Amino acid sequence: MPQFNPEWFASQIFWLVVTFVVLYLLMSRIALPRVSQIIEDRQNKVEDDLAKAEKLRTEAQEVYQAYEKALQEARADAQKVLRETGDEIAAEQAKRNEAFTKELDQKTREAEDRIQAAKTEALDSLQSVAGEVAQSATAKLIGANIGKDRAEKAVKQAMGGES
Amino acid sequence: MAEAQSANGHGGGGGFELDPLHQFEIHAIVPIQVGDLNLSYTNSSLWMTIAVILITALMTLPTRGRALIPGRIQSIAEVLYETTANMLRESAGREGRAYFPFIFSLFSFLLVGNLQGLIPGSFTFTSHIVVTFSLAIVVFLGTTAIGFIKHGPHFLKFFMPEGAPIWSAPLLVFIELISYLSRPVSLALRLFANMLVGHALLKTIAGFVFVLGIAGIVPLAATVAITALEFLVAVLQAYVFAILSCIYLNDALHMH
Repeated sequence: MPQFNPEWFASQIFWLVVTFVVLYLLMSRIALPRVSQIIEDRQNKVEDDLAKAEKLRTEAQEVYQAYEKALQEARADAQKVLRETGDEIAAEQAKRNEAFTKELDQKTREAEDRIQAAKTEALDSLQSVAGEVAQSATAKLIGANIGKDRAEKAVKQAMGGES
Repeated sequence: MAEAQSANGHGGGGGFELDPLHQFEIHAIVPIQVGDLNLSYTNSSLWMTIAVILITALMTLPTRGRALIPGRIQSIAEVLYETTANMLRESAGREGRAYFPFIFSLFSFLLVGNLQGLIPGSFTFTSHIVVTFSLAIVVFLGTTAIGFIKHGPHFLKFFMPEGAPIWSAPLLVFIELISYLSRPVSLALRLFANMLVGHALLKTIAGFVFVLGIAGIVPLAATVAITALEFLVAVLQAYVFAILSCIYLNDALHMH
């Protein structure tokens, strides 16, 4: 068997050592550090990207929450403004209503006063007219001038008796 | 091709006289004589050189760009790297990291050496016991030295299982010592025998293809099947050699 031919033992061992040492040096000095670097870089990149994605996700969550909160606040604000405006309008209405009622009352009273005055005046002038009528009637009927004062007194008496 | 060569070389005259061991013969390419030693550059040396060139090319050429997204060949280089790294980490833990370049060189050298042997007309340097034994003895001496450097004389406890009664020491130490010393032998023999038998069997069966004429289709089919099997054996044996080296390293680093 060629495997047990000692003629080639030394040569095989010698070249095995030479080639293997060369291989070892090439691998340990150049190839393996390079591959290891590549794999490490890739791992770092992947981890970086994952961390970045996680950060962005958290940020998005925060933004969403802030938005939600702002929306809620705005809604509350609107509700408040609505309520306040309603209250204001109601107060204004009540105030105006009151003022108007007061004005109306006063006008009514003034009108009543005026009516009363007019009535009194009318009655007064009625008396004087009635007096004059009575005076001239008396003068025509009996031809006696009884004077203005007496005629008026007589009319007043007659009206007073009735009223 | 190799069959044809061997047939031509040995089958002078009538019939085929096949020599399945012809493929393992070494011949000098560049004769070098140093004193009494014949250090000729042989076909074995040539295929060792080719293996070193192939591995270096595989590991350095596609990784020149240091691409984060690997191409096809870079993926192969990375798979080889990761496989070896995992093998070492799983069997020898983190302390084994320092020996990764050696384990990687060993595994890739044997893997490529074994696979090269399946190229018709090539030479399988791992089918020579001198080569496998040299590598095994390096692993054996290396791990033993690491054990003594790391644990000092405590490493001798390795040969006396803990908790065993003291009177059994002579027998146990003897058995442990034998089992320890047989490691390089089994390591070397396993690889050598697998490569030798596989290739010899392939050659023998392939020889029948010519002899049997039309019925030669049967050994031809067998040759195809055995070739497929040999690919598996080539990868497996390189892996076994490397992982056993890792386990021996683990024994030296962490004892039992």
